[in-house]
Amino acid sequence: MKLSLNFIKDYVDIDVPVKTLAEDMTRVGNEYDYAGNLIEATKLIIGEVVSCIDHPDSDHLHVCKVNIGNEVLNIVCGAPNVREGLKVIVALDGACLPGDVKIKKGNIRGEESNGMLCSLQELGIENKFLTDADKNGIHELGNDAVIGEDPIKYLKLDDSVIDFELTANRGDLLSILGMAYEIGAIYNKKVKDIDLLYNEQGDDINNEFSIEINTDNCSLFLSKKVENVVIKESPDFIKSRLIASGVRPINNVVDISNYVMLELGQPLHFYDADRLGNKLQVRMAKKDEKLITLDNIERTLDENDIVISNGQKAIGLAGVMGGLTTEVENDTKNVIIESAIFDSVKVRKTSKKILRSEASNRFEKGLDPNRTYIAIERACHLLEKYADAKIITGIVKYDNTCKENKQVRVSVLDINRVLGTKIEKDNIIDVFRRLGFEYTSEGEEIIVSVPSRRLDISIKEDLIEEVGRIYGVDNIKGKLPSLPMKPGSFDKTTREIRNKMISLGLNETLTYILVNDKEVRNYMVDEFEPLKLLAPMTEERNTLRNSILPSLLKVYEYNKARNIKDISIFEIGKGFYKKQEEFKEETKLASVMCGEYYLGLEKVAVDFYVIKGIVEEILDYLGYSGRYSFVTDKQIPKELHPGQTAVISVNNDVVGYIR
Amino acid sequence: MKEQITKIKDVTKTLIENAKDRKALNDIRVKILGKKGELTTILRGMANLSPEERPVIGNLVNNVKQKLEEFIKQKEIEFEEMELQEKLEKEKIDVTLPSTKVKRGSKHPINRTIEEIQDLFVSMGYDVIDGPELETDEFCFERLNLPKGHPARDMQDSFYITDEYLLRTQTSSVQARTMLANKEKSPIRMICTGKTYRREDDATHSHQFNQVEGLVIDKKENNVSLADLKGTLEVFVKKLIGENLNLRFRPSYFPFTEPSYEVDVTCFKCGGKGCNLCKQTGWIEVLGAGIVHPNVLKMNGYDPELYAGFAFGTGIDRLAMFRYGITDMRYLYTNDTRFLKQFDRKDEE
Repeated sequence: MKLSLNFIKDYVDIDVPVKTLAEDMTRVGNEYDYAGNLIEATKLIIGEVVSCIDHPDSDHLHVCKVNIGNEVLNIVCGAPNVREGLKVIVALDGACLPGDVKIKKGNIRGEESNGMLCSLQELGIENKFLTDADKNGIHELGNDAVIGEDPIKYLKLDDSVIDFELTANRGDLLSILGMAYEIGAIYNKKVKDIDLLYNEQGDDINNEFSIEINTDNCSLFLSKKVENVVIKESPDFIKSRLIASGVRPINNVVDISNYVMLELGQPLHFYDADRLGNKLQVRMAKKDEKLITLDNIERTLDENDIVISNGQKAIGLAGVMGGLTTEVENDTKNVIIESAIFDSVKVRKTSKKILRSEASNRFEKGLDPNRTYIAIERACHLLEKYADAKIITGIVKYDNTCKENKQVRVSVLDINRVLGTKIEKDNIIDVFRRLGFEYTSEGEEIIVSVPSRRLDISIKEDLIEEVGRIYGVDNIKGKLPSLPMKPGSFDKTTREIRNKMISLGLNETLTYILVNDKEVRNYMVDEFEPLKLLAPMTEERNTLRNSILPSLLKVYEYNKARNIKDISIFEIGKGFYKKQEEFKEETKLASVMCGEYYLGLEKVAVDFYVIKGIVEEILDYLGYSGRYSFVTDKQIPKELHPGQTAVISVNNDVVGYIR
Repeated sequence: MKEQITKIKDVTKTLIENAKDRKALNDIRVKILGKKGELTTILRGMANLSPEERPVIGNLVNNVKQKLEEFIKQKEIEFEEMELQEKLEKEKIDVTLPSTKVKRGSKHPINRTIEEIQDLFVSMGYDVIDGPELETDEFCFERLNLPKGHPARDMQDSFYITDEYLLRTQTSSVQARTMLANKEKSPIRMICTGKTYRREDDATHSHQFNQVEGLVIDKKENNVSLADLKGTLEVFVKKLIGENLNLRFRPSYFPFTEPSYEVDVTCFKCGGKGCNLCKQTGWIEVLGAGIVHPNVLKMNGYDPELYAGFAFGTGIDRLAMFRYGITDMRYLYTNDTRFLKQFDRKDEE
């Protein structure tokens, strides 16, 4: 979630540097990836091109005289759209642009150049946010831009951004308003009201429009209609806030739906009312039902996808993406607004299969039904204000949600026991007040009325976490538990065998337990059923190994290929298999040796007898002296030399092979 | 007679002093002090002396005999020392010549780190418990408050063998097993270390990795608060990563703990000033921890009204990489013997 500081300041009065805010948010549990200015550039000024002639020694460069207020600069510019009378962004001599670009006075093919005329891309705005005109040339400022002033401020791009990595339980923070409550709690500030005013006109929408909900996977569905929208570019503040939040500006109407989603966390969908008809239906898709989504890709759906239909066919994938046929286009006049809540698990599954979007991300985390109502009103307010829309009277509504606040009890003792603290009741109550939670108290008990936006709070432990967060974990001092003395119990067999093998001069490896199904039976005599993964990442590793030997032989090949001749390796690990419908997991030891080996102080060539000696040493060490033997009258793995292999037998049980 | 004795003494003394070796010395002893030696002969012939002379001469002979024996003894010591010197000289070797190599094997850096962690917690009274790597959905997720439909259970993220069995994605599965086996009989203090598996493979994630999990459960009023967890992890970090590091508990979210924390330590590369490794924050995340969720207690046989606990877990691979200055995770699983053989030393303290 990218937080625009200009945006959040609409809702909470803060005046802290962006890094401080990011650190303070981290300390209450909201990690960030990046915190800084939206535009990291210096020495920019608004200028006007007063003359522009072709460069005498180039087929595409222009030599411009640019008025920056107190002087007129000679600047060479290569943009195709530079022309006389244009207001432009000038990077002066000494300016620093993103990507460590430094602007210096210079001479370009014989013409003096005292700066650079900039495109938005050169200011660090990603290409995907730009209009075609902006992708191909320098940015053209409006005529009201004042020569000599700061172009970043003029474009409302004088913003800072924090890119938060939020935890899965805090869906409420995927909105400016949710962030405002969180930041308000940290700095003890009240969250400001949201402007929802607009005028309604005409016949009630319910007279001409209806909705039909045919699935339990939609708990709330609201629709309003607006008419006579004027499609145009959004005002700069909306565009720049969308860009700061990582959303591409398109036109004022589409931008408003995204703006409200960012602001309130409730995704909206706008339909072209004339292309839609007079009905919206929510149902589960039919098997192999087809839908062309907004991105002009045909999707094949199944019974687990929630779709929106116009009564005849699917026109949108609920919570994930709209359909192509009813989208808002440049000639759209009338709009149906959808504000709804769909089942989070269903949306997650569909979006994982098809496309993850800003909208699906919010549906997956769960939504506040009260916010669904506010969002549709906020959209009407903005459409009236910035798209000259006429808001039609009434709302079409299907509501199956509970909007009551949860009441959760917690005692001062509970809190202090869990946190290991002695926080006073007054300080605890203050935390709830800061968070904007209502509460009553009965003696040592506090009953908190949890606002519907905080879906993550339902038990007292959740409230204890809130107290810990806002009170500050740093203020809780660590101590060691004073537990009764006792020796820790520990089966050291594996460690003892490992240490013994190492003392015998072998190097321990650690290989992957996932192997290929073709090699899983290698070096095995016993009948067993290998365990295959249902969804392997690669066919190379699609089965759980039973023997460690094939893995060690691969390590041997790897080292041999690097000209290493003396290899003495071992590994202790689990082997897995299925036998008589039971899954088995056994600890095994395997070793591969070749080349020369140090025996005592002498170097000897590794042969059968060296390995036999090592096996004997391990068995003796483990206390099996006199109970093992090496026999040849039993079956051996087919990969091993029939005349050079012994079966290791302990108490007459086959425990392994030496070759 | 007296002169004769004095003469024997003087001559013999000179002979002893000039003796070349042990044999010559022995010859002198036989010749003078032996059964037929000159002094012995004089003592035998004393019967012919007058009673007055007898004690005088007897004393004289005995004195001389004693003196000569002392001389011989001294000379013998001299010879012994000489012989020793000669022997040592003869046995002298060139200690600067190259050694005969005695090779030891090596312990994989991940297992070295695991053993270090085990030893630390055993010393604090924790039991080391082993659990299956092929685990059931029930123990890996359900009993840890990850109900069906939770993102972490997706086929995308785990290696399932059947609908019910999967390779454990976390050692936390052993928490549930330990609690169920113990069922309120006694407080729990355990760790579990071992292999874990997730369906991801990139430069910083291996599909097979290692974790350690710790769990302490006791009566609600004893030793199981966030403060106790903090103190315990301070010991862990200072012992395993570095004495001078600071810890930061950052509220976070895990389904099996509430409250939950991620634990950061001062960046070990830059010391907290900010660098690439810590993304300029000065902190590195090393542990996940928290107070055991009441649902987890309930599902595994503990009454959350009476009992409470804390749990923590961390990835061992990254810890091992830091401890041994390993820069690329892939080295851990490539098993190049030139890499493995470097781990044949005792760790630096």
